[in-house]
Amino acid sequence: MERVETFWSKYVFSLDHKVIGIQYMITSLLFLLFGFSLVLLMRWQLAYPGHPIPLIGRFLPDFIAAGGIMHPAAYNTLGAMHGTIMIFLGIVPLGVGAFGNYILPLQIGARDMAFPRINMLSYWNYFAGGVLMLMSFVLPGGAAQSGWTSYAPLSIVSPGQTVWLIAMTFLITSSLLGSINFIVTTLNLRAPGLTFSRLPLFVWAQFITAIILLFAFPVLQAAAILQLLDRVAGTSFYLPTDLIVGGNILDNAGGGSVLLWQHLFWFLAHPEVYVLLLPAMGIVAEILANGTRKPIFGYKEIAGSFAFIAFLSFIVWAHHMFVSGLKTKLSYLFMTTTMIISVPSVAILTCFLLSLKGASIRYRLPMLFALAFLPLFGIGGLTGLPLGFTPTDVYLHDTYYVIGHFHYVVVTGSMIALMGGIYYWFPKMFGRKMNEKWGHVHFWGTVIAMNGVFFPMFIQGMAGVQRRLYDPTVQAHNLAVQPLNILMTASAFILLLFQIPFIWNFFHSIFKGEKTEENPWQATTLEWACPSPPLPHRNFDKEPVVRRGPYEYSVPGRGEDFWPQDKP
Amino acid sequence: MNSNYGWWLPVAASSYAGRIDGSLAILHWAMVIIFGLWAVYMAYCLIRYRSSASPRADYHFTESMKALTPDVVILVFEVWLIFFVGVPIWAHIREDLPKPPEAVTVGVTAEQFAWTAHYPGADGQFGKQDIRLVNAGNPLGLDPADTAGQDDVVSVNTLVLPVGKRVLINLSAKDVIHSFFVPEFRIKQDAVPGMRIKLWVEPTLEGKFELGCAQLCGTGHYRMRADVLVKSAEEYQKWLDAQKKGI
Amino acid sequence: MSDSHAMADTNTGIPSGKLGMWVFLASEVMLFGGFISSYVILRTGSTNFVVPGKEMLGVPLAMVNTFVLITSSVTMVLALDAIEKGNVKGLIRNLIFTLILAACFLGIKSYEYPHKWHEGITISSGLFGSFYYTLTGLHMLHVVGGMAYMGYLLRNALAGRYTVQSHARVEYAGLYWHFVDLVWVILFPIFYLL
Repeated sequence: MERVETFWSKYVFSLDHKVIGIQYMITSLLFLLFGFSLVLLMRWQLAYPGHPIPLIGRFLPDFIAAGGIMHPAAYNTLGAMHGTIMIFLGIVPLGVGAFGNYILPLQIGARDMAFPRINMLSYWNYFAGGVLMLMSFVLPGGAAQSGWTSYAPLSIVSPGQTVWLIAMTFLITSSLLGSINFIVTTLNLRAPGLTFSRLPLFVWAQFITAIILLFAFPVLQAAAILQLLDRVAGTSFYLPTDLIVGGNILDNAGGGSVLLWQHLFWFLAHPEVYVLLLPAMGIVAEILANGTRKPIFGYKEIAGSFAFIAFLSFIVWAHHMFVSGLKTKLSYLFMTTTMIISVPSVAILTCFLLSLKGASIRYRLPMLFALAFLPLFGIGGLTGLPLGFTPTDVYLHDTYYVIGHFHYVVVTGSMIALMGGIYYWFPKMFGRKMNEKWGHVHFWGTVIAMNGVFFPMFIQGMAGVQRRLYDPTVQAHNLAVQPLNILMTASAFILLLFQIPFIWNFFHSIFKGEKTEENPWQATTLEWACPSPPLPHRNFDKEPVVRRGPYEYSVPGRGEDFWPQDKP
Repeated sequence: MNSNYGWWLPVAASSYAGRIDGSLAILHWAMVIIFGLWAVYMAYCLIRYRSSASPRADYHFTESMKALTPDVVILVFEVWLIFFVGVPIWAHIREDLPKPPEAVTVGVTAEQFAWTAHYPGADGQFGKQDIRLVNAGNPLGLDPADTAGQDDVVSVNTLVLPVGKRVLINLSAKDVIHSFFVPEFRIKQDAVPGMRIKLWVEPTLEGKFELGCAQLCGTGHYRMRADVLVKSAEEYQKWLDAQKKGI
Repeated sequence: MSDSHAMADTNTGIPSGKLGMWVFLASEVMLFGGFISSYVILRTGSTNFVVPGKEMLGVPLAMVNTFVLITSSVTMVLALDAIEKGNVKGLIRNLIFTLILAACFLGIKSYEYPHKWHEGITISSGLFGSFYYTLTGLHMLHVVGGMAYMGYLLRNALAGRYTVQSHARVEYAGLYWHFVDLVWVILFPIFYLL
């Protein structure tokens, strides 16, 4: 079937999963950069409270920083939007929307997603939600300022939240459409011979992520609609009777429950953590197998752990609420499930580490990122223990310890892995390689700067510094560790500096990068069985037939040390 | 610089702070050990199995029951931790509430952006409150007609507690969620509008500590703090006597 | 057509469109589940949840509406049954019946809503009203969406696009419609009878 392609149908409203994947990738990278710049402004304020922001301070509008000095409401806005943008517009769309869309159909030998139109709709919903989030900065009332968690009743009485909720509705719709597509595609469109026990771990991770999204996101949708109605229709789902805000008694019927929002929100948002993490783990598994030149250790244990984590992630949510007034007996239950969920995570990490034993490690760029993921995600995972454990959480909850913990998981964990994924699959996407030298500069600078930003957070948390403070120096117990903020802020700016080679490398290599052969990493999985870049709209010259498992590296008796899934 | 604070935990000033610090120590030592083992093992592998030293990988090392050892060790450690450390301490903090005769009872009400303490006075009875009476001079809406409230003491942004006595705190919030956090006591509890939550603390050190809000509550969240003054029994009584009574 | 996979052989043997509809309905279950569990939690747990008297709710009318919607599910089954036997006229007739019944449902609802406003039950009058309008409103949106899709099916049917071999969309629409019906069968007792 020949299609007549115009510029618009080829690059903008494309139905091709590869184009949609790249659209997702570029959009989400831009949002990541934007979300990162927001936090740089916050970090300036934290290191030098009350000092005018240098260089750009005077160009900021007065409601953000009059005379260059940040306003407390602006700080809260930047915080809320940093979280929202990084999670819902950055990492999820990059991990799921970009890599899932581009790689998953290739790895299962499919011509496209099961529903290309729904796939396009998913991207445009994401785009609309993103644009709306950005617009909210300049709309009357400004952007949301109640944290990405949007706890009621603050979120209901604060300006800016309505647009946030509407934008979230678009983003949720986008994720739901995407997850339906991923689930059906994985179930239905696998190449002949590609049984579930031969699926690459990346596909397992995406499939399970899609299931998590499918079950978790509708509940947030419901919660967001209820909050929206509380704001615009005068309902009081989350508003108890007799609230006095700013000296006035709220004119609502009352009777609602403040904790209901938290339950509904965390029912989504804890599984969401694994949505941020599983695709990254899938990428790490692919790169590790390729870089170690041996089958991944404990394939079944890893896939099983993915599934077990997904299941458990739905019954741990209230560990975010240990100090919220949750009943003591319930907190025992959630403490137990939370501690149990660390076991499959440890299992996955153990398997990854054991994959190194007996390997023949090729230290190439993607491999460096995958290897860095292991200890850094390890720190993120381990520091989750004292937060899931009530006697220690009662002290550490809502302190910088929490911030350090989840940034280690999401940034030095997921983000590092996703960057590795970009280097790994770049030749597939564009038929060219990214520059190795600049890649190394990017890698080392990024890893070191990230630790400089996030590690001091644990010390601050231990000293009792609360999160979300516009000016920590107002409180005496924060003063001793205040100098650490200067180190963290400096590291954050250095981190930005080291993204410049990456950005340049990415765009420069699309057009001018060194051309590569079809299988530059000598990999085994199906995405390397088609041309690079794959053929528009059908990927493969002819449908591949799968003959073996995904990681047949260094099979004894064969000359080559890799045996692709589809080769005789 | 205040000597109560440094680059690690602040001074421990409540009866259960030691047990919480103990749990923090257990967990952090466990984390350091686990991480250390991982790191050493990984560093060894990265050097030993580099491609120049190990040109061909071992195809067969892909499964081993031994790989489950770390999982089992972690699970056993966690089960021990939950049942022998976590549950007893948490039950002590949350459920061992002191009974009013032996304990001092204080009401603490959070609002944007202040903490208001409410002492029942000599009669041990809190005066009736009505939110329709709330105004700048009467932050708790005490009913002037109620005799129980005539000797009540209301203190804004200063919480005074007696040392060595168990204090029962009735925590509530007027507008949005706040969180009662005194780092020196190692206690944190959200103040949730629509709920009255009980918590207790037994200060063990006299001194000046800090109550900060730990839950984002609006633009003034960062400056929502109060002094916590822990005094000897006599000083505490003296302070109470010196306060203005009723509305 | 973009969902040409529907006819292609798939790994599971289930056409992608049908599987997709099931997966979509699973997410819908979670959506309504989120709302309904919030309703149950507040109804049982709130100190300020006033349930209006039965006479204010108009139970008989709602009963009629339940009957109307269940009947529309039956006509939807008949529509699918007709086209499976190659009876295009039967398909068209039953689609029209289903559309009329759905319109009846909306008509009765649009009589019910103002009636409740007069009784003082509005979306902001209290938790019961808030949940009532939110959930029945969301359900009505689903009915309207279903009607739009059936209108599209009807247009295709009139153009002779459905045959014994090719009528997958009629089946998917049926699955969706039964789900919408089922949601109402849950909403009716929890709002009108309890």
